[in-house]
Amino acid sequence: MNPDLYDEVRQAFTTLTEEAKNRRNAFRESPLPKIRIGMATCGIASGALETKKAFEDALAEYQVKALLKCVGCMGHCYAEPVVVIENPGFPPILYYKVTPGKARMIVKSFLLDGDPLFEHLLGAMEENDLIPPVADFPRFSREKKVVTEKCGLIDPEDIYDYIASGGYAGLLKAFHLRPQEIIQEVEDSGLRGRGGAGFPTGRKWGLAQSAKGDEKIVICNGDEGDPGAYMDRTILESSPHQVLEGMALCAYAVGAKRAILYVRAEYPLAIRILSKALEQAKECGLLGKNILGSGFDFEINLFQGSGAFVCGEETALIASIEGFRGMPRVRPPYPVHDGLWSMPTLINNVKTFASIPPILDHGSAWYKAIGTEGSSGTAIFSVVGDVVHAGLVEVPLGMDLKTLIFDICGGIPNKKHFKALQIGGPSGGCLPSDFLDTPIDFDSLKGVGAMMGSGGMVVMDDETCMVDVARYFLDFTQKESCGKCTFCRIGTFHLLRILDRITKGGGREDDLELLEALAQDVQKGSLCGLGKTAPNPVITSLRYFREEYEAHVKEKRCPSGGCRTLTAFYIDLQKCARGCDACVGSCPVEAIFTTRDRKKGIDQALCVKCGECMVACPKEYSAVKRVSPPHLAPVVERPKENS
Amino acid sequence: MTQTPLAEDQVSLEQLTSVIQSFGKERKNLIPILQMVQQELAYLPPEAIQMVAAHLEIAASEVYGVATFYNQFRFNPPGKHPVKVCLGTACHVKGGEIILENFARKLGIQDGDTTADREFSIDRVACVGCCALAPVALVGDTVHGHMAPSKVEGMILGFQIEKEKERREKGGDES
Repeated sequence: MNPDLYDEVRQAFTTLTEEAKNRRNAFRESPLPKIRIGMATCGIASGALETKKAFEDALAEYQVKALLKCVGCMGHCYAEPVVVIENPGFPPILYYKVTPGKARMIVKSFLLDGDPLFEHLLGAMEENDLIPPVADFPRFSREKKVVTEKCGLIDPEDIYDYIASGGYAGLLKAFHLRPQEIIQEVEDSGLRGRGGAGFPTGRKWGLAQSAKGDEKIVICNGDEGDPGAYMDRTILESSPHQVLEGMALCAYAVGAKRAILYVRAEYPLAIRILSKALEQAKECGLLGKNILGSGFDFEINLFQGSGAFVCGEETALIASIEGFRGMPRVRPPYPVHDGLWSMPTLINNVKTFASIPPILDHGSAWYKAIGTEGSSGTAIFSVVGDVVHAGLVEVPLGMDLKTLIFDICGGIPNKKHFKALQIGGPSGGCLPSDFLDTPIDFDSLKGVGAMMGSGGMVVMDDETCMVDVARYFLDFTQKESCGKCTFCRIGTFHLLRILDRITKGGGREDDLELLEALAQDVQKGSLCGLGKTAPNPVITSLRYFREEYEAHVKEKRCPSGGCRTLTAFYIDLQKCARGCDACVGSCPVEAIFTTRDRKKGIDQALCVKCGECMVACPKEYSAVKRVSPPHLAPVVERPKENS
Repeated sequence: MTQTPLAEDQVSLEQLTSVIQSFGKERKNLIPILQMVQQELAYLPPEAIQMVAAHLEIAASEVYGVATFYNQFRFNPPGKHPVKVCLGTACHVKGGEIILENFARKLGIQDGDTTADREFSIDRVACVGCCALAPVALVGDTVHGHMAPSKVEGMILGFQIEKEKERREKGGDES
């Protein structure tokens, strides 16, 4: 940038920060209690809208004045709806699972009568003498929030809230640097692309900068199609400006004037929030022509992806923006030389862009110090499945899987045991408990047959069948295969067919060898990441859980009881309580009948094996049993109607 | 069913022409146009595909080829209460398939279909990103977390009761 303009740019930015600070102080210094409600998709799904309404109604009813603020998601999905309340005289308190009823109670007891309701709070947000701080919990103390630092604390629909918490300062800083220096800073930080492949971001930017072309394009890949991963959505919904700032920094560094933000159409809230964020950034002069008077022009357009998993692959994503079927093409030429409309195109993931502002803000050395030698920084995981504290977790790379699952996320619920961890989505692998000491970084995970992927982690307990999980992933990749490469198109189809017949009790002796051979062929014969990694779930589950496959094929038995064709439910008449009707209403197909001595039996011909009766049966009886193979279930005759 | 759905669609199709015209004729507009059409009509009828093809001056088969590639587009009208059952990894592990089956059984249709009275339709979706609440189902835009097979019947019954109530209120006004 022209040094003559420094003062002018700084002046323009100071005006913005002053305004932001004034607004924040007006909120902070207000003597009224403040209520912050988490309103991201998961919060809303858990009833945050009803909770908000209950707060409003209760405040009106008890005539209490308070400031209500909607924020994004802090990642504590298990505790949604999450509410933080700052009541003068108390530290900020985090309440969990705030139902409308609880909301009313909080208004009455806490805001009106000054009782913080110890039984309903999770902890205090800062050190104090009254309430145990959340920082003492492993969840909070082990996490290292870099990218998601602002998520859940700021209002995503207010740009000034972002600026007041240090937002867009990186952009100002960048204007005082030469593009080369910014790229160097990113390279020094050791940041690797967070989309899954882990290509060094600084090097990619360097390539884009030196690429020949009149116009360059920056694309943010928010086509998060990986089932089980939703961290991109959370970032876009909770701190959208952080992504926009990262994109602007990138464009400034590589010399692009235009960018496209590609977001899945399945994320309507994220799209709405982003559209608003783009408008606000334009109004504040942080996007558009002549940003802050620096002479740098940059615009971002939103493009809604239409739901195709393969479009996460960069060449497919480009084809989709151009208006074609999203099919990958051969690389090279890489998009960085020949991309969207044949222009040099730089594509990074949402998380990568969101990591840039903190890096420029704190410096590359600070970022490099987090994580390990080869993989610096933090990683965001969505830990879901059979785990107590499911949600988004940001941890420094290099932490081992055990700490993540058992310390941070609270382990396996319902006194069951850990069986496997599926990591990296449909492209990743299933790891058994022997690998829980594996450090989480790009290279270690690849070494054991899994991969970082986009960061989806699904924890499975001992009632999950690994063959069924492999079948599930193949079902997914088979549907999502674009059909370009024969091995991916037909190979995944046959892999799925074999897995399907194994889970249904039709497995043949040589099926396992066939699976292995076919899996390797699909890996070798596919062009893009989807086909190359599609067999991973089969290969890893075959490697680590072979005995389970063998039980299916040889004994037609599903050891964990996950494959419905191979299991049956029955009611143990010794345990069933006479006259108890608990299970009858729970059955969706009316398969449960009353025996002559007023106990219950299951009509195997009608039963769909959903397991609801097992849940409904009172703990003290626990009369419903699951067996595999199904012929082990004792036959109980349904009494004749008229007898 | 007092009105034939087709007549409704016919009216919207005519309105659509002007909206399609507002887009440029470049190929890159194809997907945004299709998305807009679907937003207006809730699905892509063959007539709309013809209109889009004519506007962009490409073959209808080309438009159809692109539209069928992406999961977002549908070619039959959805129900008034579109049910979407999430079958992401977490939902699968927690029994999403059983939820889907239950909806299919209670409504008497398969996934991808719409009931004859156009009240309900069922679709499977890959992941709605609420994995911590698995299993998840969407009815309209409302996300229902921690679904159970026994909740399905109640949900459908709720809609039916509401409809019946509406019908009776309407009937009451007339009499």
